Amino acid sequence: MMLAAVPGFDGNQTALNPVGPGAAHIEFEFSLIFWITTAVYCIVLLTLVISIARKRHSLSVIPSPIPTTPESDRTARRSVAAAMIATIVLLFVMLVGSFETSRALGSMNPGNAVPIDVYGHQWWWEVQYPNDEAYKTVVTANEIHVPVGVPIRIHGTSRDVIHSFWAPNVQGKRDLMPGYETEVLMQVDQPGRWRGQCAEYCGEQHAHMSFYIVGESKEQFTQWLSDQAQSAVPPSTPQAAHGQQVFLTHACVLCHTIRGTPAGSRVGPDLTHVASRATIAAGELPNTIGNLGGWIMNAQAIKPGCRMPPNQLPGSDLQDLLAYLETLK
Amino acid sequence: MITTSVESQAELTEAERLQAMQLEHVWREPSGVVGWFKAAHHTTIGKRYFVTAMLFFLIGGLLAGVMRLQLAFPEAHFLSNDKYNQFFTMHGSTMMFLFAVPMMFETFSVYLVPLMVGTRNIAFPRLNAYSYYLYAFGGLMFYVAFLCNTGADRGWFSYVPLAGPDYGPGKRPDFWAQLITFTEVSALAVAVEIIVTVFRLRAPGMSLKRIPIFVWGQVVVAFMVIFALPGIVLSSTMLLLDRTCGTQFFNPAVGGDVLLYQHLFWWFGHPEVYLIFIPGTAIISTIVTTFSRRHVFGYLVLVLALVATGFMAFGLWVHHMFATGIPQIAESYFTAASMMIAIPTGAQIFCWIATMATGKVVLRTPMWWAIGFSFTFIMGGMTGIFVASVPVDLQVHDTYFVVAHFHYVLIGGAVFPLFGAISYWFPKVTGRMMSERLGQLSFWLFFIGFNVTFFPMHLVGIRGMPRRVYTYPPNMGWTRLNQVESVGYVLLFVAVLILLWNMIKSARSGVIAGPNPWSAGTLEWATTSPPPHYNFLHLPTVNGREALWDAAPNQPVVVGLAEDARSFLTTRTLDAEPDGRDEFPAPSIWPFWAAAATSLAFVASIFTPWGITLGSIPIAITMIGWFWPDRQPAERRRAREIWPSE
Repeated sequence: MMLAAVPGFDGNQTALNPVGPGAAHIEFEFSLIFWITTAVYCIVLLTLVISIARKRHSLSVIPSPIPTTPESDRTARRSVAAAMIATIVLLFVMLVGSFETSRALGSMNPGNAVPIDVYGHQWWWEVQYPNDEAYKTVVTANEIHVPVGVPIRIHGTSRDVIHSFWAPNVQGKRDLMPGYETEVLMQVDQPGRWRGQCAEYCGEQHAHMSFYIVGESKEQFTQWLSDQAQSAVPPSTPQAAHGQQVFLTHACVLCHTIRGTPAGSRVGPDLTHVASRATIAAGELPNTIGNLGGWIMNAQAIKPGCRMPPNQLPGSDLQDLLAYLETLK
Repeated sequence: MITTSVESQAELTEAERLQAMQLEHVWREPSGVVGWFKAAHHTTIGKRYFVTAMLFFLIGGLLAGVMRLQLAFPEAHFLSNDKYNQFFTMHGSTMMFLFAVPMMFETFSVYLVPLMVGTRNIAFPRLNAYSYYLYAFGGLMFYVAFLCNTGADRGWFSYVPLAGPDYGPGKRPDFWAQLITFTEVSALAVAVEIIVTVFRLRAPGMSLKRIPIFVWGQVVVAFMVIFALPGIVLSSTMLLLDRTCGTQFFNPAVGGDVLLYQHLFWWFGHPEVYLIFIPGTAIISTIVTTFSRRHVFGYLVLVLALVATGFMAFGLWVHHMFATGIPQIAESYFTAASMMIAIPTGAQIFCWIATMATGKVVLRTPMWWAIGFSFTFIMGGMTGIFVASVPVDLQVHDTYFVVAHFHYVLIGGAVFPLFGAISYWFPKVTGRMMSERLGQLSFWLFFIGFNVTFFPMHLVGIRGMPRRVYTYPPNMGWTRLNQVESVGYVLLFVAVLILLWNMIKSARSGVIAGPNPWSAGTLEWATTSPPPHYNFLHLPTVNGREALWDAAPNQPVVVGLAEDARSFLTTRTLDAEPDGRDEFPAPSIWPFWAAAATSLAFVASIFTPWGITLGSIPIAITMIGWFWPDRQPAERRRAREIWPSE
């Protein structure tokens, strides 16, 4: 297994800095093709340049066409035949490499994999950790926590148009299509935040539809999962209590869920533990109180075309609402 | 031994002068404003195709410039997301449907194929005029919609359900779907004309093994058009039906299938790419032959490579859909098929190198473009191997790596040959040479600008930048590379300006070219530059692959055709032995009206299904006018017939 970043490509959204076996297998085939094609490209073009340089004729006069016979072309014919054989052999090498990579990708053991459901929405990601006891099912958005070193089974589809689920450091992409269910096995071997982004054009805000795969130790993950399974904490200050009322009496409640309150709509992201997430608006903004306030007031200015309407709240209501949302750890 | 046609060798005899006057009289194009719309000669229509396609190329290029400006800075607000989505869709649709195919296939085949096979006009000249007007009207409709803020914004592929009735409100996707209808009808018409022209109207002696490679390329493309376009006829019509008539082909909620659309689209979409670059490689074969001063090395290999590419093109469409999750056996098949395309393409490249290595290379502007083509197109082929391999494709698919790949293939495989072809055939079309100095200047600027613009896209794609994003965050490591790309665009822009300036200036004051300035071997160089409307004073016969190089000292010409009518000779498909004669129809205004009526029906059907039903009435009327029998040709034809009883 290769887990090494290629110099210049060490980011958290690049195929050449693999942090899991999936991306590492692919990087191997990528390198194989890269070295073969680079060598072939150089040899072919060098031959071309040398042939032209050697046979160059003055520009001023266009000479008469030269007669050719099968005999005079014999060397050329042999060279072309040899080049063709080399082409076919090299293609075959790359083809077998490709098959081997596909086989390696398909041979991960799905037995003890952690199941995670991912649903594409215009323009955010709904993430669920299914549990046999339905009330323990964790629903979150745009942030996929996974234990490192353990296979993950992503089961996905789309709630509207076609999206493509892609975190290049971890695994190749897979389209999420309405009417089709799909499954990808993957594994993260390095703790960290690995960015992913929708890769299939999905309309107005395709550019702002990212997510993070958060790799953490098994203990941290188990802790996180049990925290997320809890209902929201009841507000403990008068300000937060008023904020909750603002939430429940304004448009918010029409689209969002906060488990433990009457808010139960599934149009927008589940906000039960919104304060525990690092970003809002599908990875577009850091989750700070200022950004959240701006987002609530006028999401259309930040992400034009998104489904979140502008909300004209009086200043004090907004402050209380934000104070409440901040408590939803 | 070079022999050119009679016209260039000696003064015309008195009899020939009279003959030329007679032909000129019979073939002259109608004059005046109304006459302009009646024109039906393939050189006239071909030039119009060129000007129109070039115009769309410039518009598409300007759209790209605005996008490059937007992407030069992270989180820029120069273009709104809505505008950007329209711009990239318009750019892609324009370049594919209004520039690349009409330019590489329609323009070049309509203008050059009849000259290269040595006949007087294209088969079905009125259909040819009709196809041009339909194409022009389609483009016009698309851009009028764009100016009314109804520009298509669902990508040049318009996947469902994004472009379907639920997620594509308004009329934007409908205009896109009808643009497809316009351009596909026009391309199908030209495909039929080209196949008949090449199979039935070749000069005597031009047997299958002597057809110029350029003509072979266009024939292969014509067949591909006929087999590929039904895929998109279906998908765009089903999309339009879903949107306007409430059918549910692609609605998963009631059992429709979103993947079906992709299969139909790419059944057309992949061959589409090949029908853009096959004419390009055929042009390169022509240029390399002429400027290496020898018969092309491996004629049979080159022809078979074109035919093989045409066949294989239909076996790889699924490689555009690897990310949808394909069963492993299908993955393996489509990976192998996609990689196999490197075999015929590689064979062509090796044959060109062999031709140059054994010839005498003359580095004039067209040859520089051919060399530039080699550097860029081969690079595109190499990155093609990455996307052919399923696992690697899952990483690079729908990223800027793919954007880089197909610009290397399409600009490398079509625009470089196109600019080479412009400098190569400009003397034939206008009668004047282009400036060599300006030509090489535009080549170098374009070559450098192209690589500066598109090479960094490979890198930014591997760094994870997806396609079709109107902006990106500043901390992704994409900013600097995007800025380099935008600077490259400026170089491309200047290069194209110089090329245009060179064309305009040379058309007015270039050196007079004469019939065959490159002393090339194919038949279009056997007539004057520009060619008369009857193409050839004496219809030529052919004695070898390069008709002019291989002509016998006393190469015969075709005699015995009536010169008081638009007569032409038909020959047999395999050996091009003469087997009949017929007459081309006269120029007519009806193809124009028929195209106008067809356009009306197409545009109306965007707004109501009745558009097709009621719109077919004016189409029927104009078609009746078009096919109304003409007394004179019928009588002439009767007079020529030999009746056993007489």
